Amino acid sequence: MLKKKIQDLMTEPGCATNQAKSASERKKGCGKQLVPGAAAGGCAFDGAKIALQPITDVVHLVHGPIACEGNSWDTRNTGTTGPELYRRGFTTDLSNMDIINGGEKKLYKAIRRVIDKHHPPAVFVYQTCVSALIGDDIVAVCRAATERMGTPVIPVEAPGFVGSKNLGNRLAGEALIDFVIGTREPTDAGPTDINILGEYNVAGEMDLVRDLLARLGIRLRTAITGDARYNDVAAAHTARANMVVCSQALVTLARKMKERWGIPFFEGSFYGISDTSEALRAIAGMLVERGADAVLLTRTETLIAEEEAKTWAAMEPYKARLAGKRVLLYTGGVKSWSVIHALQEMGMEVVGTSVRKSTEADKEKALDRLGGDEDKLVDAIAPKDMYQMFKDGRADIMLSGGRSQFVALKAKTPWLDINQERHHQYAGYDGMLELVRQIDLALSNPIWSQIRKPAPWEIEE
Amino acid sequence: MALIVSHGHPVSSNPLKLSAPLGAAMAFMGMDKTMPLLHGSQGCTAFALVMLVRHFREAIPLQTTAMNEISTILGGMDHVEQALVNIAKRTKPKVIGLISTALTETRGEDMEGDLKVILGRNPELADTKVVPVSAPEFEGSLETGWSKAVTAIINNLVEPVSGSVPDGARINILPGIHLTPGDIEHLCDIVEMFGLKPVVLPDLSGSVDGHVPDHFIPTTLGGATIEAARHMGKARLTIAIGDHMRGAAEALHERTGVPFLVFDRLTGLEAVDRLMVCLSTAAGKPVPARLRRARSQLVDAMLDGHFYFGGRSFAVAGEPDFLWSWGKLLADMGGELAAAVTTLPQPFLAEMPCDRVIVGDFDDLEDQILEAGGVDLVISNTNARLTCQHQGIPHFRAGFPVYDRLGGAHRVTIGYRGTRDLIFQLANVLIDHPGHGHAAPPHPMEVADAAAPAAG
Repeated sequence: MLKKKIQDLMTEPGCATNQAKSASERKKGCGKQLVPGAAAGGCAFDGAKIALQPITDVVHLVHGPIACEGNSWDTRNTGTTGPELYRRGFTTDLSNMDIINGGEKKLYKAIRRVIDKHHPPAVFVYQTCVSALIGDDIVAVCRAATERMGTPVIPVEAPGFVGSKNLGNRLAGEALIDFVIGTREPTDAGPTDINILGEYNVAGEMDLVRDLLARLGIRLRTAITGDARYNDVAAAHTARANMVVCSQALVTLARKMKERWGIPFFEGSFYGISDTSEALRAIAGMLVERGADAVLLTRTETLIAEEEAKTWAAMEPYKARLAGKRVLLYTGGVKSWSVIHALQEMGMEVVGTSVRKSTEADKEKALDRLGGDEDKLVDAIAPKDMYQMFKDGRADIMLSGGRSQFVALKAKTPWLDINQERHHQYAGYDGMLELVRQIDLALSNPIWSQIRKPAPWEIEE
Repeated sequence: MALIVSHGHPVSSNPLKLSAPLGAAMAFMGMDKTMPLLHGSQGCTAFALVMLVRHFREAIPLQTTAMNEISTILGGMDHVEQALVNIAKRTKPKVIGLISTALTETRGEDMEGDLKVILGRNPELADTKVVPVSAPEFEGSLETGWSKAVTAIINNLVEPVSGSVPDGARINILPGIHLTPGDIEHLCDIVEMFGLKPVVLPDLSGSVDGHVPDHFIPTTLGGATIEAARHMGKARLTIAIGDHMRGAAEALHERTGVPFLVFDRLTGLEAVDRLMVCLSTAAGKPVPARLRRARSQLVDAMLDGHFYFGGRSFAVAGEPDFLWSWGKLLADMGGELAAAVTTLPQPFLAEMPCDRVIVGDFDDLEDQILEAGGVDLVISNTNARLTCQHQGIPHFRAGFPVYDRLGGAHRVTIGYRGTRDLIFQLANVLIDHPGHGHAAPPHPMEVADAAAPAAG
């Protein structure tokens, strides 16, 4: 059954990359074959956890040996405006006796204990490689627990070995569509309710987006799943429109919500100034098409004009300081192109953007913004080559995730975190201003000139 | 005397335990020009990697055999072979630490057998030493993986004793995972002060001590060399630190006949005194003046510090030898250990200076603290922050992982000097936090100051 699910996900009709492939290529699926000894990145379980963990008021229970949860709990910086239960780590911590005897009973008891102790609106149970390998049927255990305990217990079947983090994201979407979305009818559904899919509220940056939407009179029913409450996700089917922000991850979910409940969706981004404006326009347009008051359109244009003018004005002082600086963007998906425009407006030069995790559409957009210079679209860069790039002074700063930060820092090059572990909010208009401010802070720090000077004994007379 | 009790829950809530393969990978971090390789799915490596990067704030070499569903069913030998060949080709390490995981052990792979076949048919692996370690997650914790890896390194790299002449000045050091790079560096300094030559295995102080090399290195950037490990049989003595290093010391003894001493800890006056007697005897020299001076400074720190520890209560959570080292120090200073939580039921913990040692998680720590009516300070890794925030208790970060404080790698916790500094660091926190429900006992000098009329 899991096999069929994965096969279906691999042939997603809503995915542009997939549609561009030939029939035989499509059959192979989209999981890149991993090279043993030269692979990087998380597993499917990791991906599923990333996509669901931000639901703040439920228990996330990992059925596996200690590594899966013990080595990873409370490490992602996704914010909450309320419950903190999601930050706790729960695992059945399978020991060798559990593996010999089977772990189903232990899982059932664990579910009972967390429900008794924390009274969550739901429990999400995650399958892992080892529990899958010994044949524990978590779907059956979850069904029995739901029936007997009266609390929804949701099985998430994404053991690590089935594939990449991205596949895990999508399997998480499957769990939501199969077991959660549509299970609750809210009393307060309105004509301007929307969902944002693939938004995880990193560094609490949804505050910035929620604020913009609120000023337009648009209500965010829920993000899937940033700062989400279980009951809001369960009622997500009553929203009038869906915005998909991390397109590779949850486009299947968006398509299924459209088929089942007629909710239209579009792919957009809140990173970058013009992209934020376009996203707001698209949301307003969809809502009006579905019956919201047409005045929303003019209200949106007014807000966009006001915010854009304000943001560009605020960024003006940075122009002189940042002009001519060269940036290497080493991130994935939407961010590989969405921030380019703002950086260019600052007079900065993007010397390369990594498209290793991007869709064909992402690549096109990036290429367009880089003036068609294909050399600037880079795939994965080996750490050694990246280090050399900085040593040769081919980039002044790198924007990337934590994993590659020490390649830049050890080459004595400024670095800024733009992935999930960061502590600054970069979404929306204010977020882009913050990004520019952070780039300026990183570049202008006085340490660089000091540490790049050789030690006294290294200077030749 | 303490009763060792397992929490007995079907669920671990806010887990304290970390995985054995992660501990094993850390041991290989202390080997020079090395690439640890986890034989499991890529997530096993990704989680461990992120944790190590965030703790040490360094680029960490760690690879995966990238097991998938099919290779899990059919067997992972091909993946091991491809991984070894790829790593040898791309990064040319001297050592590859091949570490099994629960995934491959549940399947029942004969990793060592497979490895023999692989090495036999791949001449390109001739220049790389592959050290296999069996360390599945379902058995033991971080310490377990570390000590298994060190034992495996000894059994694979150390030359069995030959006719070579022993070097009278050479001392082997087998540090436990609870020692920081700073600790190892300091211990080497102490040993050298006696005119002895330390050989450390594994040596984190050479690799993850936060230095900036002038070119890119895809493997570990320092640590114990194969050459140093090979000749450990020439030493006159092996010193192991922490109970979990006993097995490794015994393995080294069996292989080379080098006598060994296991130190339960190197923190605290009496513990360091024992080290001094050992080194002085081995070197046939009196304790150097600088160390005598350091001892005197520690005695003074204890005099100044004891006011702030007496009558205060503490909670410590960590691996068994971490708990032992910190718990004993607090007791040495007159503090009360009100809550002690660990990951494994090690028999020696029965000697802990508290009523109970719970084998459990941070939820158990929270329960213990509540039962004790609160504590003054929690000593544990970063993951205790939720517990401490909930209960409003100051949190002294130590152990692994610590990713929300800087300088952890350089903190010295051993020797006279390390103990002295720890007493000051802890006392300063205690001074800042006068305590739960009662004021801190004032220092007699401060009382005198307050009573005296203001000067001039």
